Amino acid sequence: MKTIIKSIFSLVITATFFVSCAPTTASKETRGNAKGAIAGSAAERVYVAPGEHDSHYAFISGGFSGQLSVYGLPSGRLFRVIPVFSQDPEKGYGYNEETKPMLETSHGFVPWGDSHHPDISQTNGSVDGRWVFINENNTPRIARISLETFETEEIIEIPNSAGNHSSSYVTENSEYVVAGTRFAVPFPQRDMSIKDMKGNFKGALSFLKIDKETGRMNIAFQIKMPGFNYDLSHPGRGKSHGWFFFSTYNTEEANSLLEVNASQNDKDFIAAINWKKIEEYVKNGGGKKMPAKYAHNTWSDDTHSATSTMEKEVLVVEPKDVPGAIYFLPTAKSPHGCDVDPTGEYIIGNGKLAAAMTVHSFTKFQKAIADKAFDGEKYGIPIMKFEAINFGVLDQPGLGPLHTEFDTRGNAYTTFFISSEVVKWNVKDLKVLDRHPVYYSVGHLMIPGGNSRTPDDKYLISMNKITKDRYLPTGPEVCQSAQLFDISGEKMELLLDFPTIGEPHYAAGIAADKIAPKSRKIYKLDENKHPYGVKSEAETKVVRKGNEVHIYMTMIRSHFSPDNIEGVKVGDKVFFHVTNLEQDYDVPHGISMIGANTSELLIMPGRTSTFVWEPKEVGVWPFYCTDFCSALHQEMQGYVRVSPKGSNIPISFTLDGDIPGEEE
Amino acid sequence: MKIKLVALLAILTITFSSCGDGKKEEKKGIKLPTKKEVKETPKKAEKSSKIDLLAPTLDNKGVGDVKSVKIDAKIDDKLVAKGKDLFKANCTACHKFKKRFVGPALKGVTQRRSPEWIMNMIMNPEKMVAEDPVAKALIAEYHAPMANQSLKEDQARAILEYFRTKN
Repeated sequence: MKTIIKSIFSLVITATFFVSCAPTTASKETRGNAKGAIAGSAAERVYVAPGEHDSHYAFISGGFSGQLSVYGLPSGRLFRVIPVFSQDPEKGYGYNEETKPMLETSHGFVPWGDSHHPDISQTNGSVDGRWVFINENNTPRIARISLETFETEEIIEIPNSAGNHSSSYVTENSEYVVAGTRFAVPFPQRDMSIKDMKGNFKGALSFLKIDKETGRMNIAFQIKMPGFNYDLSHPGRGKSHGWFFFSTYNTEEANSLLEVNASQNDKDFIAAINWKKIEEYVKNGGGKKMPAKYAHNTWSDDTHSATSTMEKEVLVVEPKDVPGAIYFLPTAKSPHGCDVDPTGEYIIGNGKLAAAMTVHSFTKFQKAIADKAFDGEKYGIPIMKFEAINFGVLDQPGLGPLHTEFDTRGNAYTTFFISSEVVKWNVKDLKVLDRHPVYYSVGHLMIPGGNSRTPDDKYLISMNKITKDRYLPTGPEVCQSAQLFDISGEKMELLLDFPTIGEPHYAAGIAADKIAPKSRKIYKLDENKHPYGVKSEAETKVVRKGNEVHIYMTMIRSHFSPDNIEGVKVGDKVFFHVTNLEQDYDVPHGISMIGANTSELLIMPGRTSTFVWEPKEVGVWPFYCTDFCSALHQEMQGYVRVSPKGSNIPISFTLDGDIPGEEE
Repeated sequence: MKIKLVALLAILTITFSSCGDGKKEEKKGIKLPTKKEVKETPKKAEKSSKIDLLAPTLDNKGVGDVKSVKIDAKIDDKLVAKGKDLFKANCTACHKFKKRFVGPALKGVTQRRSPEWIMNMIMNPEKMVAEDPVAKALIAEYHAPMANQSLKEDQARAILEYFRTKN
């Protein structure tokens, strides 16, 4: 009944704003807005008319789906799910022969991941739209995704680490992307008693150098930090460029019942790392190469294939060997988010368990270093005097502060998980300016360009862990969500709810015009260097090598070449190497074979992809195009004849009765 | 889903049903024979078309960016070689010269169509089948929309030169 009333109510509202633009009833979302906005105007502001485009891209973490989703803002429309750390049968990712190596790790093939924090590459402190990086928590990895092809181009595993959570944030010229260790572990791994953790486990902080041209990542160095939990991080920028800040909790180094035992200390730390200093130290031969085993997987757009390489060593830096490079900033209490404002002056610890926002000043921090204003040390790392570095504390702005982003007008926006709200406050005045409930239990929030010197501060999205009654129920599991706010005025205005995939940890946003014009349309056939790719139907063929049968096949609207194949036998391993000969935008073809124990292939124009089929039964078995491609899509099919093991039927292949391309 | 498919088919049908070239070389006509008929009656069939797909339409330059092409009496062999390679890579999945395949047989095409028409058809088939009467008749006959292979003007010109050697 309640639902019905609600529906009627929303229908009335909907009807109202389509009938008239005049303000009518005040909805609970208008909140006495100075502009006198109404629900109707909120709808207009998120309405992107059919055929028109959104102004922003939002790359929203797929959380435990392991993927990255691409949404448009302000509409909240989902465009694409980019497969990253998990297999995706829709696109054949992790199923076809070319992409399987992307999911290789030192533990073997891992078909799933827990993606977390996307971050876009930067040039001069602004997001540049070249790549988006995203970290995987469970099997520590960082992926790099091309924003030209919207495909995962590289995945690198992080050794000596566990729970790669304080990642994958990039510095303001994309010099580095970082990884951290949320679960301290033996470094290197070894067989030892868990109760001996304290002092013996370590937390690696890894700095991955990004190649300026190709985006290629390499672990430049790992800092062997004390065995705390490194939770989140952000780079310094502007005046603090050259530093990186990581929040820590469990500085108690508890190994059990952490919800009690890791909450003993009133203050934990933000670890401040002067990476420029360590970079210099390493350049001068500092650090020690240690044996390690980690996969480095790279994708090639020339061969349309991934390669997995097992790396064998990593450069490790001991904090004590680089004095003056690492400090602990005391911060209340088990801080979660560690955020740096656009000027680089303010470093904010979101004190998860303290209901307080600790704001440190970079200028004071630098002076305190010069003044040696230390308050002891831990494992040889100086602890700064709180008063000497602290700009101020915003006390009791809400319950359970988690993350903060910024606008260009000196304001911060912080999410509060327990009180389920976003609070806007002025960083310099430490005064709360506005608060708005979210539905419900918000984790991260995102302002496009949030991790940069130049936030694009019209929109903010909150990413909520719980939605309960916000959508039609779908059994016990309901979607998580994002909520879009307009933050251009004095008060935040809630404009839209939209569902997300998996758990939307963090997101990265950027103006559409930084990406859309260079979005890839096709792969050029004459640049196809796939070892089994063919350039025309005349090159298609079927070749037997022992019990392997390699089919060099092509597809174009709307037929396969060859489409009749004989001479395959039970027990053969049949490789379909399929090239899409189309050279036109938005004409992918798919292919699937009855009985193949894998996913379809979905092949972009000019691309080659491979699946394996091991026929178990004698017969004539069809394959077909799985992606509606033209008016003759239903005709796009073919047959493979499978004969008994030991049969002497020779390999043959035809199209329309001829060997493909034989007749001019 | 089914409804969606039906709708899509209906739209496609509408889009593509207003268009065509000859059946198996000699075939004329806009009426659609079934696939079986194509195989079994390769010779002349019904003549209901207003456009004879084999009749020359050399005054028709087609619709598109190519307005005027200069043709030398002498065939440019270098250009022919380039056109041959491009044709092989981009066109042979659907076209043969002597035999109807997915699209019409191309032998003698430069005697039937103007250079501009041919290049516009290569470079912008979507526009051609929507607006040009001959292209419309061709798609009605062949059903399969000609793929746009994203070829540039100089590439289309090279293919045209190659066609001149196939009369």
